[in-house]
Amino acid sequence: MDYIPNTERDKEIMLKEMGVSSFETLLEGIPQPLREFSLSLQEGLAEPHVLEILKELSEKNFSTGKYISFLGAGAYEHYIPSLVDHLASRGEFYTCYTPYQPEVSQGTLQVIYEFQTLICELTGMDVSNASLYDGSTALAEAALLSIRFNEKNKIVLSRSVHPEYRQVIATYLKGLRTEIVEVGSPEGITDVDQLDRIIDDRTAAVLIQNPNFFGCVEDMETLSSIAHKHGALFVACVNPVSLGILKSPGEYNADIAVGDAQVLGNYLNYGGPYLGFFTVKKEFLRKIPGRIAGETVDSNGRRCFVLTLQAREQHIRRQKATSNICTNQALLALRACIYLCALGKPGIKELAHLNIQKSHYACEKLSALPAVKPLFKKPFFHEFAVKIQGNYRINTMNEHLLKKGIIGGLEISRYYPEFDNSVLFCVTETKTKESIDRLTKELSQI
Amino acid sequence: MKQTESLIFEKSSPGRRCFVFPACDVPVKPITDLLPQNVLRKDDAELPEVSEIDVVRHFTRLSQKNYCVDTNFYPLGSCTMKYNPRTNEETARLEGFTKVHPYQLTEQCQGTLKVLYDLEQMLKNICGMSAFTLQPAAGAHAELTGMLIIRAYMEKKGEKRHKILIPDSAHGTNPASAALCGYEVESIRSGRNGLIDVKRLREVFTHDTAAIMITNPNTLGLFEKDILEICRIVHDCGGLVYCDGANMNALLGIARPGDMGIDILHLNLHKTFSTPHGGGGPGAGPVGVTEELQCFLPVPRVEMIDSTSGGDTEKEIQKKYIFNDNYPDSIGKVRAFYGHIGMMIRTYTYLLSLGREGVCKVGKYAILNANYLQHKLKKYYHIPYDKTCMHEFVLSATKQKKKGASALDIAKGLLDYGFHAPTIYFPLIVEEAIMIEPTETESRETLDAFVDAMIQIAASIEQRPEVVKGSPKTTPIGRPDETKAAREPNVKWSKK
Repeated sequence: MDYIPNTERDKEIMLKEMGVSSFETLLEGIPQPLREFSLSLQEGLAEPHVLEILKELSEKNFSTGKYISFLGAGAYEHYIPSLVDHLASRGEFYTCYTPYQPEVSQGTLQVIYEFQTLICELTGMDVSNASLYDGSTALAEAALLSIRFNEKNKIVLSRSVHPEYRQVIATYLKGLRTEIVEVGSPEGITDVDQLDRIIDDRTAAVLIQNPNFFGCVEDMETLSSIAHKHGALFVACVNPVSLGILKSPGEYNADIAVGDAQVLGNYLNYGGPYLGFFTVKKEFLRKIPGRIAGETVDSNGRRCFVLTLQAREQHIRRQKATSNICTNQALLALRACIYLCALGKPGIKELAHLNIQKSHYACEKLSALPAVKPLFKKPFFHEFAVKIQGNYRINTMNEHLLKKGIIGGLEISRYYPEFDNSVLFCVTETKTKESIDRLTKELSQI
Repeated sequence: MKQTESLIFEKSSPGRRCFVFPACDVPVKPITDLLPQNVLRKDDAELPEVSEIDVVRHFTRLSQKNYCVDTNFYPLGSCTMKYNPRTNEETARLEGFTKVHPYQLTEQCQGTLKVLYDLEQMLKNICGMSAFTLQPAAGAHAELTGMLIIRAYMEKKGEKRHKILIPDSAHGTNPASAALCGYEVESIRSGRNGLIDVKRLREVFTHDTAAIMITNPNTLGLFEKDILEICRIVHDCGGLVYCDGANMNALLGIARPGDMGIDILHLNLHKTFSTPHGGGGPGAGPVGVTEELQCFLPVPRVEMIDSTSGGDTEKEIQKKYIFNDNYPDSIGKVRAFYGHIGMMIRTYTYLLSLGREGVCKVGKYAILNANYLQHKLKKYYHIPYDKTCMHEFVLSATKQKKKGASALDIAKGLLDYGFHAPTIYFPLIVEEAIMIEPTETESRETLDAFVDAMIQIAASIEQRPEVVKGSPKTTPIGRPDETKAAREPNVKWSKK
């Protein structure tokens, strides 16, 4: 199956019309040696066969639809209302391009404008862009904006920021002359005193995640004021679901707030595609990376939407652009938009509450077991780390759980050798009391 | 669908509900018992309060205001707006793929890992490269990855090269990506034939230049006929050749970048490999490299351990797919987790459907369609580089401009004929550029209808240019005031 409508006959008609004797004539510009190769792909398959192969492969995966999963750590399982899939899979949204022609892209443009509004509401920030690749690249772009804005070359970030996000920042800053300094989180949250010692006048920004990688809630107000005292920007990396109840970045005076909105109506998808969002205070409007939709009027004076402030962007500014980014994650932003509209003002709060109640119930239950001890004594959102006592290893535990239909938590020593034999459990609204009790029961056998 | 659709916020009415969560089934505690008061937000986020029918109608109506590949021909140059097969959507949405967590152990994700591994093998074969990373999220992200690889390679060799050479016909992302990586960008002027001037290249590619970023076929839709010589010049000088694969659709089954001497190539799965554009993402930008550059690719790499022994029947089961992080020279990670998996599954599905013969037909029919259009439009529009093209070509509206209608007007005029506009004012080296890429998935009849529209527009400009200047008339809105949008930015709704 090749999806090519023109037949051999069409080809002959077209060539004849062009006065060309054979198709090969059209390839005259290509050096002959380059034409000599053969592909080792297999024969094309008809749809039933393709579906059979892919179905079989998909069934080799252990789906969280069949297993009870307590994994989080930057990718979260939340219930997705049916209407999200139904509306977002409309071809009009799926198969259109970036809205360069506003007259025939009002659907996408209005969705982006509404997405920006929703994200601003959640974060309490002034301006949101149309989205970025994911949370990690959004945080890296925040570091870049900070460096450009105040022409300083030191980035201070907490060790409680997602380890992969920290790796991405290190990669992004490789080509620029910058220094990245980490502040420890020995007790589950950023060490405020250490931050105070490390930060200096060369610091472009302080980057903090909240809730952080361990699920703990940071003292964002204090951290923000320390950053500002030294003339650094304060960058918050937040989970939008938590903002149903936690203080918003706007409330603690963040200059930039970013994060991953996979949690808003997007599937786990084994890590991607996800949905980075990027918000700033008004003063950074013209420094922001990526697309922005804005309201204007059309030739008849009616309200409409366009991509705006494009003078920041690579197709105009080339090497002087605020970022090299071109595409965003429009389709995932659409899903987030539908999801937030479906939840509404009370729904997002209820969601955050459910996550808190269930995770705290689970933490309480597990902590009551003799072999399980909470790793930190800090307030947390929907994730918490526990240390397994004695000689019982996390991988043995997870193997046991898997046999019982449970995908256990993430072993955090993989990223934090200082916290050995510890595991991060995530409990969202998708976990029932029964499934939490089952986890507790299985772990009680340690 | 002429009437405006109010914003969802304007439909909000207190007390309306759409989705409702199940009641909490664990004992509920007061929130202040669980979290300190000072971490809680003061005011609720003002999300709309609407019913399910409100949400469904709102987004359905909005969708109807979009042109898309499913409804209209989209001759958008450089964007490869080909048909997005539904089979791909079917497979990418299988629960076994969508509901897998990135931190599940590799033993639990063998299906996806096999897709990633096999897809890498297919792309290597199609492009003639030695290895691919599937991690980059989009084309521009892939360019950044490529630039970082170049930097790492030069550092490893102990060479300090601070410049990247980029033809003036290149996409804007090219210089932006190079600059993001700390490189100084030097532009090289295209020759009179629209191609890289080999003589000039020899002069300007010096020992302080790390690489040249080319696009082949270039953005004029022309094949760089001296590509072998270009690569030789750069390599002789110790540099690398980066190829922006935005135009790879022309080359499928026709020629392979690896055979040309390209060191680093990125692909856009959302262009060449039929994954949907989604109104601007998610894309996916795999990066292919030569044997020598493999060690610099982002980690983790997907690898296979084959312990197959004995008969044929159990073979597949003996193959185990793993992640390997152990590449000390790697540039690191360019994003969290492993990439846009959903796009990989679509591409894999697409390539299984096409197979060898199908892949070979893609480039061929894309080139045929483009040349057919170019031939038929020649009489009516100026073609600045009048020669056989590859998968796209560039017209210039200079003739029409003299009559008072610009490339922009022609683009808007096309909207009234039911076609999406081509790419305009790009590449920058063509005055009043109109860049047309039909792709292989359009029929002769569609192309003819497009030609008719273009001819009618040209004729109308001869007679009454103001008609085209007043277009579009049939679209949900008329031309927007872009200046107002930029001067008085209104980028979110707020309660009046």
